[in-house]
Amino acid sequence: MEINKDLILQMYDRMMEIRKFEERAMDLFTRDKIRGSMHLYIGEEAVATGVCFALNKDDYIVSTHRGHGHCLAKGARIDLTMAELLGKATGYCKGKGGSMHIADLETGNLGANGIVGGGLPIAVGAALSARLQKNNKVAVAFFGDGASNQGTFHESMNLASAWKLPVLFVCENNLYGITVPFSEASAIKDVAVRARAYNMPSVIIDGNDVLEVYKTAKEAVEKLRKGEGPMLIEAKTYRHMGHYTGDPQIYRTKEEVEEWKKKDPIKRLRCYILENNIATEEELAVREKRVDDVIDQAEQFALNSPEPDAADLLNDVFA
Amino acid sequence: MRSILYVEAVREAIREEMLRDEKVFVMGEDVALHGGIFGATKGLFQEFGGERVRNTPISESAIIGSAIGAAVTGMRPIAELMYVDFVCVAMDQIVNQAAKLRYMFGGKAKLPMVIRTQQGGGRGNAAQHSQSLEAWFMHTPGLKVVMPSTPYDAKGLLKTAIRDDNPVLFLEHKLLYWMKGEVPEEEYTIPFGKADIKRQGTDVTIVALAMMVPKALEAAEILAKKGISVEIVDPRTLVPLDKETILESVKKTGRVVVAHEANKVCGVGAEISAMIMEEAFDYLDAPVMRVAGMNVPVPYNKKLEDICLPQVQDIVTCVEKLLG
Repeated sequence: MEINKDLILQMYDRMMEIRKFEERAMDLFTRDKIRGSMHLYIGEEAVATGVCFALNKDDYIVSTHRGHGHCLAKGARIDLTMAELLGKATGYCKGKGGSMHIADLETGNLGANGIVGGGLPIAVGAALSARLQKNNKVAVAFFGDGASNQGTFHESMNLASAWKLPVLFVCENNLYGITVPFSEASAIKDVAVRARAYNMPSVIIDGNDVLEVYKTAKEAVEKLRKGEGPMLIEAKTYRHMGHYTGDPQIYRTKEEVEEWKKKDPIKRLRCYILENNIATEEELAVREKRVDDVIDQAEQFALNSPEPDAADLLNDVFA
Repeated sequence: MRSILYVEAVREAIREEMLRDEKVFVMGEDVALHGGIFGATKGLFQEFGGERVRNTPISESAIIGSAIGAAVTGMRPIAELMYVDFVCVAMDQIVNQAAKLRYMFGGKAKLPMVIRTQQGGGRGNAAQHSQSLEAWFMHTPGLKVVMPSTPYDAKGLLKTAIRDDNPVLFLEHKLLYWMKGEVPEEEYTIPFGKADIKRQGTDVTIVALAMMVPKALEAAEILAKKGISVEIVDPRTLVPLDKETILESVKKTGRVVVAHEANKVCGVGAEISAMIMEEAFDYLDAPVMRVAGMNVPVPYNKKLEDICLPQVQDIVTCVEKLLG
């Protein structure tokens, strides 16, 4: 599959946006502007970006704890996302959801989730809804290797396959469920083998290669739209940061982290772009500067936004 | 007016709403060809087909979770859980997902979904098939909770539940399914948050839920023969709760018994009696009393089960004690 150069540059921009967004969020967290806990996606940007670029705006996704990447990759506004992290009234959830619960129905994002594995059956339901409404939409369930040991993973895989629903299960295998290595928590090496038990095709890919992710997802989504039933993609990747902000990371070695940083998906795409003369250093610098400006503006918007009104506390429990 | 069974009233409500709105569909264990183990969906599969009346695997988290996903994307699912006891398997989806998505998302999502299930004891189904769990749901902000006690209420409230844009726990009682009552042929709905006075009286108010309504009515007949006039208030929906009607009745009678089948500790009776004491203490002539299930898992043996769950005589005794 030939990927058009403009699309490659757009994916580069998006990955840079996610990276710089989170670096800025980390900065705001250390300045006490963001509270609670944050689960950064740094190092995994290629998965969300590659998959979401293979989707239409009105296709659905469900996300995880580590949801900023999915949210932005699916097309959410950076300023409203930043405002939500700061708990502001202008945020996507009016300051009531925070980092772990951002949703944007306009871009089909049915929500990040504070419960590991909690979103999987919701994606199945969105796909069922697409089937019943005959609108040809698909649903993507992003989840981690940790969630693949939850009952909801198995129930969702089984139900989606039994009903041949258009669900793309995307496992972001970053090797750790919080602090426990997947190898310690599971008797298998690859999550992908579990698809066999549900008579579902699966594929293992390099999750740090956005072009491979995009191609795989594009093909999978085409099959989903033809009604061929669900599929599982296991993207091998790695989070550069800890599980949460402040994680002392005693469960992994610095060498391991350094080794994976060499496989940084953004650097990798940058090299590809330069080697294939898709853009020059100067052109990329201009693009990066533009992303910096967008992040600056988003930060200013968020910092200057009002706190929610106390009167709004009791609103939105019910429709 | 014609009389039909409670289970038929439930079925009519689902059927009429499916005819009225093509977004309404049914999913659950054995609900299609078999029509549900209590027959609540009998005939719907034949009429509406397998796309809209769907047998699911025995996977409660997937049933509730996929109902959430369907609801949030524009459908109006009715998810049946065969027994309320099975909500435990799906509790994350009910409590952390269905009840919270709208609020967490700053009001963006609507979740027009009904979780229909049946609960209660009295049939020898023992501890894992006899519970009454309404207090759990009433305690969770974001869920509406309905407990109809008559065929008329069951039909009118279920139609309202299906049209509501929020997750609704619709708790039927397994012993009520075979009770008959008057249900008009013509279309009607019953609003949420409107209690029904099932019997007028002046000496004591009994706030009764679900199966305790017929039991309270029977107790009231016995008490009437002893010269005691009982008023029976059936809240019908716990969320929203019609405080006003309850308080008006308290102000009239000055004495209250709250009767529910769930065990007493932290039950709905505790909430209702505390609410009465906070808001109508000056009108009370005696402390609010509770008639409720005992604090044990529901036993299998009939003799033990009858002792465990509140009976007509328990209500009579409680009222007499209250009147001193």
